[in-house]
Amino acid sequence: MEQLLENFSLDLFVKQTVLFLILIFLMVKFAWKPILKALNDREDGIKDALDAAEKARHEMENLQADNEKLLKEAREERDAMMKEARELKAKMISDAKEEAKGEADKMIANAKAAIESEKKAAVADIKNQVASLSVEIAEKVVKEELSNKDKQLKLVESMLGDAKLN
Amino acid sequence: MKVTLRTLASISLIFLVSFTAFAKDDKDKDQAQHGDPVNTPEEITDYIVHHTKDSHDFHLFSYFSGGKEHHVGFGLPVILWGENGLTAFMSSAFHHDDSGKEIVERGNSRFVKNHGVIYELNAGATSVEFDADHHPVNATKPFDLSITKSVFGIILIGLLMLLWFSRLGKQYKTKQIPTGFGRVLEPLVIYVRDEIAKPNIGHKYRKFTGYLMTVFFFIWILNMVGLMPFGFNVTGQLAVTAALAIFTLIIYLASSNGHFWSHQLWMPGVPYLLRPLLALIELAGTLIIKPFSLMVRLFANITAGHIVVMSLVAIGITMQKEMHWAGSTALSLVLSMFITLIEVLVAFLQAYIFTMLSALFIGMAVEEGEHH
Repeated sequence: MEQLLENFSLDLFVKQTVLFLILIFLMVKFAWKPILKALNDREDGIKDALDAAEKARHEMENLQADNEKLLKEAREERDAMMKEARELKAKMISDAKEEAKGEADKMIANAKAAIESEKKAAVADIKNQVASLSVEIAEKVVKEELSNKDKQLKLVESMLGDAKLN
Repeated sequence: MKVTLRTLASISLIFLVSFTAFAKDDKDKDQAQHGDPVNTPEEITDYIVHHTKDSHDFHLFSYFSGGKEHHVGFGLPVILWGENGLTAFMSSAFHHDDSGKEIVERGNSRFVKNHGVIYELNAGATSVEFDADHHPVNATKPFDLSITKSVFGIILIGLLMLLWFSRLGKQYKTKQIPTGFGRVLEPLVIYVRDEIAKPNIGHKYRKFTGYLMTVFFFIWILNMVGLMPFGFNVTGQLAVTAALAIFTLIIYLASSNGHFWSHQLWMPGVPYLLRPLLALIELAGTLIIKPFSLMVRLFANITAGHIVVMSLVAIGITMQKEMHWAGSTALSLVLSMFITLIEVLVAFLQAYIFTMLSALFIGMAVEEGEHH
């Protein structure tokens, strides 16, 4: 204890007290306040940034979910459209086929009718020609035959015979 | 890197002392007188005790040549407030005399220095005389405002801290993350705030961090500087640690609240008869034991560290007879290197403990009672 007291210097105590007070004051003013403020600000900034990042992540997740939904809907719509288009295509093809067939049938029928009528006309024409030829021939034959009585009789007879047969 | 530097520094200290030791062997032992190298155990003890004390000049080392002691160092300003007002002169005026022989006359005052204390001689006296209790009979002690070695250290380290940390503070104005030396300091600041101030004080920590940080870095840097050769033993000065402890005392008394005092003076949950006794014990603890333990712990640890290191260095001299000079030097080298490393740890530890306990005491004083 005596040694302790002997070591104690009141002068140094006073000087240390004063100097240390000044040091605390200066350090607080020029060092600790700006440092602690900057550190707190930075930590708050980091916290805010982390929160913002978390929020952004959530938003991203939501967006992604939305995107997924949209994509799904789009895909469904596309599928539906494709199906519709395919059906439409099939229908169009079948319609076209039917129409073409109808048209062709009609054309064939027309052609057949035309052919028939042509044939009929041709036959009629031939008949007419044959008739006039027959008349001419008959005229010539009759003129010739009628010049001879016997022959006229004979002819009448054979003709009558023919008519019977008919 | 710091540790390596300290170790190198301590090795050079050891060599320095050891060389002085070798020099003495060349001398005739019968010629022992003042001016001889320090060689006997008594002289070494005196030397060590002298070096743990404050002094008026900055003494780096001494060497002997031609049978005379040469001192290397520089004087520091002596500022005295005595009978004739303020007097200032350089400590070199005493010519390294510490036995009251050299008289410095300034104006009407005459000063002598004896065992690190400067006395002002009474009118007519030519040399200081002491009674049996070492009180001067024909001199008075002026108030000593000198820039002593410790004060020099305090100012130097104070300026250094101010420079370092204000630069760190300025760095934040332009960037978020400090560069250079600030990057070393920032984690230390965060460490003190998060590991010492916050857990011990609680949410009111902000008000006290200024003091705690100043104390922590002040003690730590001065402890480290004390380990260097030529360094200051500032934190090993009782007056310095007493001032620091009283700062803590004043701070926790000034910030104490009703809850604290109600527990101090009338401890709830204890039989009524015991309460006055407990109040007495609590008061003694708060007012005397806590600051006293803070003061003595720092002082004793640092002073003991200095004494142990120097004693181990002195093995190189004192054990020469038993171990041959090479053996004793090697032994002192290994031991003092080891202890110096431990002292580096102690330097931090004591700064931490002082700051931590200060924070704890403040925390106890500002703690809010639990509302039942």
